[in-house]
Amino acid sequence: MKKLTGAILATVFTTTLASAEPVDDTLILNEETPIVTRTAAPAHLSDALDEVLSGWLFRGTETRAMQSDDFDNPGMIFVEQAMEAWETADGTAGKSCSSCHNEIESMAGVKPTYPKWDENAGSVQTLQMQMNECRTERMGAEAWGYDKGPAINMEAALSSVSRGMPVNVAIDGPAQSAWEQGKELYYTRTGQLELSCANCHEDNYGNMIRADHLSQGQINGFPVYRLKNTKLNGAHSRFKGCIRDTRAETYAPGSDEFIALELYVASRGNGLSVEGPSIRN
Amino acid sequence: MKNCFIGAAIGAMIATGLHAEEVLPTNVAFNDGAIEQSLSGAPGDPNNGRIIVGDKGQGNCVACHEVTDLADVPFHGEIGPMLDGAGDRWSEAELRGIVANAKIMFEGSMMPSFYKTEGFIRPGNAYTGEAADDTFGPLLSAQQIEDVVAYLVTLKEE
Repeated sequence: MKKLTGAILATVFTTTLASAEPVDDTLILNEETPIVTRTAAPAHLSDALDEVLSGWLFRGTETRAMQSDDFDNPGMIFVEQAMEAWETADGTAGKSCSSCHNEIESMAGVKPTYPKWDENAGSVQTLQMQMNECRTERMGAEAWGYDKGPAINMEAALSSVSRGMPVNVAIDGPAQSAWEQGKELYYTRTGQLELSCANCHEDNYGNMIRADHLSQGQINGFPVYRLKNTKLNGAHSRFKGCIRDTRAETYAPGSDEFIALELYVASRGNGLSVEGPSIRN
Repeated sequence: MKNCFIGAAIGAMIATGLHAEEVLPTNVAFNDGAIEQSLSGAPGDPNNGRIIVGDKGQGNCVACHEVTDLADVPFHGEIGPMLDGAGDRWSEAELRGIVANAKIMFEGSMMPSFYKTEGFIRPGNAYTGEAADDTFGPLLSAQQIEDVVAYLVTLKEE
């Protein structure tokens, strides 16, 4: 306890004297897969930022270490549950995910491109929406609730097999109008506190807001295992939490607004590695 | 009930020797971003202002501003300017204007407007994520603003 108090005091002392810059550190997953946590900003963002930085660089030493080894990453427990679900038949067609897709490793490269335009649906779809399309249209199973346990765990499993690959969502062509909508939302100052995503995560990343170290708000690490609620969290749920904290009426996970915002925020991280399931506060 | 309340309020005014008249958030007169007159019609209490500035459930000013005088309150932010010497840099009227609505003096300021009730996008019911209802009011009351201003005026560099 005494040690903890000391640590907290040390933090106060440090943050009082020095600005809280992101750390200079390198992430190698399981001692074999290099993860890009810092790279040049994508062209569409170059007016606002020179570099894009993973939230991993803004977390403490222990949290960063926990994410570097799958045996220490509590998010991988949920991935294992989803791996089982991958092999388990569900719905009236008697199919599992693996009936069509074989090993989940065959899905490497899928996560980095979502959200993406879906020609049949005529709209931008998130990975969770695509999963549900498989469930309802090909498996005869019920759709999973947005960001709920089964869905977020499967999204994390699909992310885990793409770790180390660069985020690469398309922002032009038919996806452009949703991307523009997401950008508009990113810069809109909502709620009684009149705060936009950009106020904190573009203009003030690296600074402390009370006890929180502001990151760039990148979502390359989603789904995220949060130490504060000890489960996997989806990007839409995190958006909702942030908007709630501006004292605003939020949007719902799975809403058109959050689909658009997810596409836009993902595009701000084009070039960073897929990291999910990552570990954050 | 209403009479009883008004009676009590008049009683309070007589007790403090003031004819307190509160300026509503929708009726504040800014002059180059400053507000000359007290919003509550009464003087502020700097001791209470000091509490409001540091309290997460009230002003929570230290979330963004560092204040050496409040070193006993943990975790000061680095978003806005340090408040040490604010009483030297700004007049009381300017400080009142900045706390009430900093965006009048500094266009595009990130600072929330603490005495404003209109013009928000998707205003919520506090931190519930639900839409605002008819209990919606300013972030701080007129008297809380006065208390904060009275405290800020005392922040002078030695």
